[in-house]
Amino acid sequence: MREQIEGSQAVARTVAACRPQVVCAYPISPQTHIVETLSRLVMSQQLGGCEYLNVDSEFAAMSAAIGASAAGARTYTATASQGLLYMVEAVYNASGLGLPIVMTVANRAIGAPINIWNDHSDAMSQRDSGWIQMYAEDNQHAVDLHVMAYRLAEEVSLPVMVCMDGFILTHAVEEVDLPEQTQVDAFLPPFEPRQILDPDDPVSIGAMVGPEAFLEVRYLAHQRQMQALETIPRIAAEFAAATGRQRDGLVTPYRLEDADVAVVALGSVLGTLKDAVDALRVRGVNAGVLGITSFRPFPLAAVRAALGSVGRIVVLEKTLAVGIGGVLSSNIRTAMADTGTPTTTVIAGLGGRPILQASLEQMIVDAHRGRSADLSFLDLNTGLVERELARTRASRRSGPAAENMLRDAMADAVPESGARG
Amino acid sequence: MNGRDGTPFAITLGVGSSLANKTGSWRTERPVYRNALPPCNDACPAGENIQGWLYEAEGGDYEAAWRLLVADNPFPAIMGRVCYHPCQAACNRAHLDEAVGINAVERFLGDAALQAGWELPAPLPDTGRSVLIVGAGPSGLSAAHHLRRAGHRVVIREAGPLPGGMMRFGIPAYRLPRDVLDAEVGRLLGSGIELHLDDRVDDLMAASRGFDATFLAVGAHIGRRAYIPAGESAHILDAVGVLRDTADDQPPLLGRRVVVYGGGNTAMDAARTAKRLGAEEAIVVYRRTRDRMPAHDSEVAEALEEGVIMRWLSTIRHVDEGSMVVERMELDADGFPRPTGETEELAADSLVLALGQDVDLSLLDGVPDLEVVDGVVTVDDRMMTGHAGVFAGGDMVPSERTVTVAVGHGKQAARTIDAWLRGEEYRHAARPALADVTSLNTWYYTDAPASVRPTLDLVRRISTFDEVTLGLDEDTAVFEARRCLSCGNCFHCDNCFGVCPDNAVRKFAEGSGAGDNGRDYAFDLDYCKGCGLCVAECPSGAIDLVPEQI
Amino acid sequence: MTERLRFYQTGSFAVRNRLLPVVDASVQSDPGRANAITSGHRACQGCGEALGARYALDAAMRASGGRMVAVNATGCLEVFSTPYPETSWQIPWMHSLFGNAAAVASGVAAALRVTGRDDVRVVAQAGDGGTVDIGLGPLSGMFERNDDVLFICYDNEAYMNTGVQRSGATPPAARTMTTPAVGPHPGAPFGQGKDLPRIAMAHEIPYVATATVADLRDLEDKVTTAMSIRGARYLHVLVPCPLGWGSASRDTVRVARLATESGLFPVFEAHDGEVTSVTPIRRRVPVEDYLRIQKRYAHLFGEPPATGVIAHIQATADRNIRRYRIEEAPV
Ligand SMILES: Cc1cc2nc3c(=O)[nH]c(=O)nc-3n(C[C@H](O)[C@H](O)[C@H](O)COP(=O)(O)OP(=O)(O)OC[C@H]3O[C@@H](n4cnc5c(N)ncnc54)[C@H](O)[C@@H]3O)c2cc1C
Ligand SMILES: Cc1ncc(C[n+]2csc(CCOP(=O)(O)OP(=O)(O)O)c2C)c(N)n1
Ligand code: SF4
Ligand code: SF4
Ligand code: SF4
Ligand SMILES: [Mg+2]
Repeated sequence: MREQIEGSQAVARTVAACRPQVVCAYPISPQTHIVETLSRLVMSQQLGGCEYLNVDSEFAAMSAAIGASAAGARTYTATASQGLLYMVEAVYNASGLGLPIVMTVANRAIGAPINIWNDHSDAMSQRDSGWIQMYAEDNQHAVDLHVMAYRLAEEVSLPVMVCMDGFILTHAVEEVDLPEQTQVDAFLPPFEPRQILDPDDPVSIGAMVGPEAFLEVRYLAHQRQMQALETIPRIAAEFAAATGRQRDGLVTPYRLEDADVAVVALGSVLGTLKDAVDALRVRGVNAGVLGITSFRPFPLAAVRAALGSVGRIVVLEKTLAVGIGGVLSSNIRTAMADTGTPTTTVIAGLGGRPILQASLEQMIVDAHRGRSADLSFLDLNTGLVERELARTRASRRSGPAAENMLRDAMADAVPESGARG
Repeated sequence: MNGRDGTPFAITLGVGSSLANKTGSWRTERPVYRNALPPCNDACPAGENIQGWLYEAEGGDYEAAWRLLVADNPFPAIMGRVCYHPCQAACNRAHLDEAVGINAVERFLGDAALQAGWELPAPLPDTGRSVLIVGAGPSGLSAAHHLRRAGHRVVIREAGPLPGGMMRFGIPAYRLPRDVLDAEVGRLLGSGIELHLDDRVDDLMAASRGFDATFLAVGAHIGRRAYIPAGESAHILDAVGVLRDTADDQPPLLGRRVVVYGGGNTAMDAARTAKRLGAEEAIVVYRRTRDRMPAHDSEVAEALEEGVIMRWLSTIRHVDEGSMVVERMELDADGFPRPTGETEELAADSLVLALGQDVDLSLLDGVPDLEVVDGVVTVDDRMMTGHAGVFAGGDMVPSERTVTVAVGHGKQAARTIDAWLRGEEYRHAARPALADVTSLNTWYYTDAPASVRPTLDLVRRISTFDEVTLGLDEDTAVFEARRCLSCGNCFHCDNCFGVCPDNAVRKFAEGSGAGDNGRDYAFDLDYCKGCGLCVAECPSGAIDLVPEQI
Repeated sequence: MTERLRFYQTGSFAVRNRLLPVVDASVQSDPGRANAITSGHRACQGCGEALGARYALDAAMRASGGRMVAVNATGCLEVFSTPYPETSWQIPWMHSLFGNAAAVASGVAAALRVTGRDDVRVVAQAGDGGTVDIGLGPLSGMFERNDDVLFICYDNEAYMNTGVQRSGATPPAARTMTTPAVGPHPGAPFGQGKDLPRIAMAHEIPYVATATVADLRDLEDKVTTAMSIRGARYLHVLVPCPLGWGSASRDTVRVARLATESGLFPVFEAHDGEVTSVTPIRRRVPVEDYLRIQKRYAHLFGEPPATGVIAHIQATADRNIRRYRIEEAPV
């Protein structure tokens, strides 16, 4: 059913169609609209057979989800940013216990300084948590990923995080083809837990494992994600068959066949990137885009196959691994290690900084000409940071950096962004 | 591996698998069930398993209780009336509130048996051996009972017209009704014991001919006299004689005012009997103070209740018809009475001497190797005299003179004789450790002060020979039995089974004996870590913690 | 029947009273008890927590007819019961994290309800650290939502699993590794700590109770009562820890008993936020009797003894006795 609808509501309605049995909710922007919508659906009994728990923190949300899932219920929660960090301990625990929880992360920056706008720092911090991570390019993608996430999670007994850019997707109203209930029901069988707390067949879940077997436990977790690399395309194909919407599952190549330069990215920026590539191709720059949908497990082979023929790679990231640079980049470099393809990293869009098509085109052109630095920051106000760096060099006590920079930024009249949070 | 198919490796485990981990290897000490000696049992001169029969009585199985009791003492109904119950003086419960009323429960059981007509166990098949017993007092009867049970032929020769000894001719009927005495003695004799009455033995060597062993239990019947200057018509009697004649239905004439000289139980009985025989005043004159009186407190108290007058710290200097002179004494620094020279005249119609009894040893003339010291016959700790094959017990040997001691001697002598007859030497069983109160965990026992035995109305008491102290009703007897702490012995409270943090105590059906050496519980040493919690929380102190041999 | 026939020797103090009808038998006296946690666990010798857990869970198993699951916080109980490859649990059991037992249990309860299995009851359990400190947020949330969970805190008054550090339940003057017996004010400070039963009562949940391993019947009764109620319930059980308290392993029950008999650990129950019954002190003892047998208080009994500190602790006991009216029962 096609509808003009806000991304959060589209996701909520889709999650509802997956018939979750326990939803654990805790507010944080920009995820709030999702759980609000679900609450309305549960309380109005449009979504039956569902317990909606208003918990006391994200830590409790994930913990309740762990309990619910272990007791055999299909479970959902959503969070972002500080909330994701607040639940981290439980996030790792859920995957360690092999519980097929699905969680939406409405990607948002992490403070300090507190910032409610989009980037990928939150989800990226959990890249090694053992969860499967899928990144949505647009709201249709987000909707489809949620249905596939449940299938995948329950099939491989691992939790799945569906990442969608905060505000950019969650709050965007656009046309989305919402999966019909019948389609979802046909695609997603009822939850059959692999392990369950059941008096008729008792088990102890969550043993303490020492050095004698911990490595093996971790190895097996890795293998499970590796197996998911095969499961994901299969599920995507089945999803396509059920809904008519083609999804690759692991990666989304765009005009890469003859590309000299490829830009690799995650999430909603892929739309702007494709526009930039289209524009550049008109100007004779043969560029392409590789969208990564499955960041964990990371599809090394699919990436290698997609980028095999390009001359240069630019990895565009909405995260900064402070002290080294890119996060996705190092994964891409691992994939391309044998090819020697020059790869550079561009950090962009942190804390909601708009990524302009013009800037992206310039970035691609620079790369095409081989003029890009290993690590660069798109649209960085260099004057501002230079002044601050000079100040710190001059005196060890230069005052609060954020305040200084804000003063400088005001002077530079960079457009101010309101804060909510 | 205890993982389960389809579940995450190592993280999800099949239940109860820790049984593979034998934590018993941590142990440095191990708990062991024990039977410690309850202080009551330890103090009982008849060697009764008091804790054992109280345990049965607690649960209401009075017959089982009685059977356990008579295995050591065939006279529960008598004991329950005349025994001075040293067991109660030793009872651990006194540390909580008051001693268990063992004696009252014993009487309840004894009476219940008489009422129900429970029979003593039948004797074992005849052994062809025969034993002569001289004297049918408690000691002789007790020995006869045990020897007969063991299958020996038993012949008792008794000088008096009826069996019972001092139980019949000393202890007054108001304390021991004759029907009770007759019933218990009769039941005992019914097992095929040959009793010859009015058959005094004068020459032991002659009498014992034809017997494989002899047990002497002639008691102490000769009233001790003291030299007191007396006028010609002074009316002086001895207490044992008074009591005997009273028991024989030929009460002596004592007059309106009777003075009893002495401070023992016999003195009390003589004074109380005098009252019952119509004396207006019965006065006990004793050299020392009340706390030094050999008479039991309860007897003194009962005598006082009945109006007997006590003159402590007094001696009798001179007796005349109708009066006597009494001198006041005082205690010296060492607590010995010392004359003061202060005298006083006391109006009295008769003087009854209760200064103790001596043993008539004339029948022993000519028995070689027999040793007599201070008027009593020396025996070893197994009741054998210096003359092989001759045993003795009761009042005629050096010991406390009570019915219970006499019964105990009879039992001990019977055991020794039984061994002797089989050509063996009797050896005492090793005595287990005493279950003193510090070995108990008394927290677990409900508070319950002793129940008081009802007593007969005072008016009726001093005018008749009706029994003074009455028995407990069933409720009260059970209550009393349940006050027992079961010192040193398992009473199936399940505490060990409950408090073990390692679930290392196994429990079997009560009475099954399927546990550790015949108990109903067993320690599972595969898992017992030796923490000692079961030991500490065993209310009755029936578990020991012993070092593990490493 | 007369009054007297009600006397049953050990009354209900011992695990079993053979003189009482079988229907009154304690769960622990039943050879067929669940043994929710069975032999082979690695708790220290005389561990009160291992004992308390079996007492409580076996009672819950009986009350629920075996239809029960347990959720466990990290802590000694979890560590000594489930080191791979062995588990001591015989019931469905789950451990997630240190601070989230209440939330996990809420999730389990929700799942059971929504899947139509709410005949299966949920018990969550944690040490004092996992309850009063790190787990308090989720616990308070569980209370406030009135989720159908019985939460049992096994209070051994410190973080034992990590080697005896102070928790919000560590009593004043007790030495732990983070409140050592050194300096001018040795041991844990006065004027700190949380009284979780009262905090729980403030949530006005249907049932709050305290108990100890020294009074099995009382503990079992409370678990049974708790299991008969739906909604959030809290049971706070004092479980002495020989290691952390420096008491003899054989004294675990005794120490707990002295804690109640001195008035330091009041035993009571509360329905809907109101105290409805208290266990009267049977044989009152001065706090000194309790303190003396624990090495964690040894510094109070040096030369000269810390009489002021002992008096301060005594005052706490006296206050409890007043507050809960647990004076000795009239004889
Ligand atoms: C007045 C009085 C009250 C007492 N009250 C108590 C009391 O309440 N509780 C208590 O425990 N103790 C009491 N005693 C003590 C107790 O009665 C004796 O210690 C006990 O009876 C001794 O038992 P026995 O078998 O050794 O001797 P006895 O009971 O004296 O029996 C000896 C028997 O041997 C017979 N006999 C003696 N010589 C011969 C012979 N040559 N040939 C054949 N037969 C012979 C006697 O006729 C007698 O029947 C009391 C004693 C007296 C005197
Ligand atoms: C988040 C977190 N912080 C700290 C720990 C370390 N830790 C594990 S158990 C424990 C102490 C448990 O104390 P308590 O809850 O009182 O239980 P006890 O071991 O005393 O029974 C601590 C601090 C942890 N596992 N997780
Ligand atoms: S309490 Fe019982 S076993 Fe212990 S001394 Fe008294 S009567 Fe004997
Ligand atoms: S309580 Fe258990 S572990 Fe401790 S000594 Fe007794 S049987 Fe052994
Ligand atoms: S440290 Fe304490 S709580 Fe932990 S296992 Fe040992 S005794 Fe039990
Ligand atoms: Mg603790």
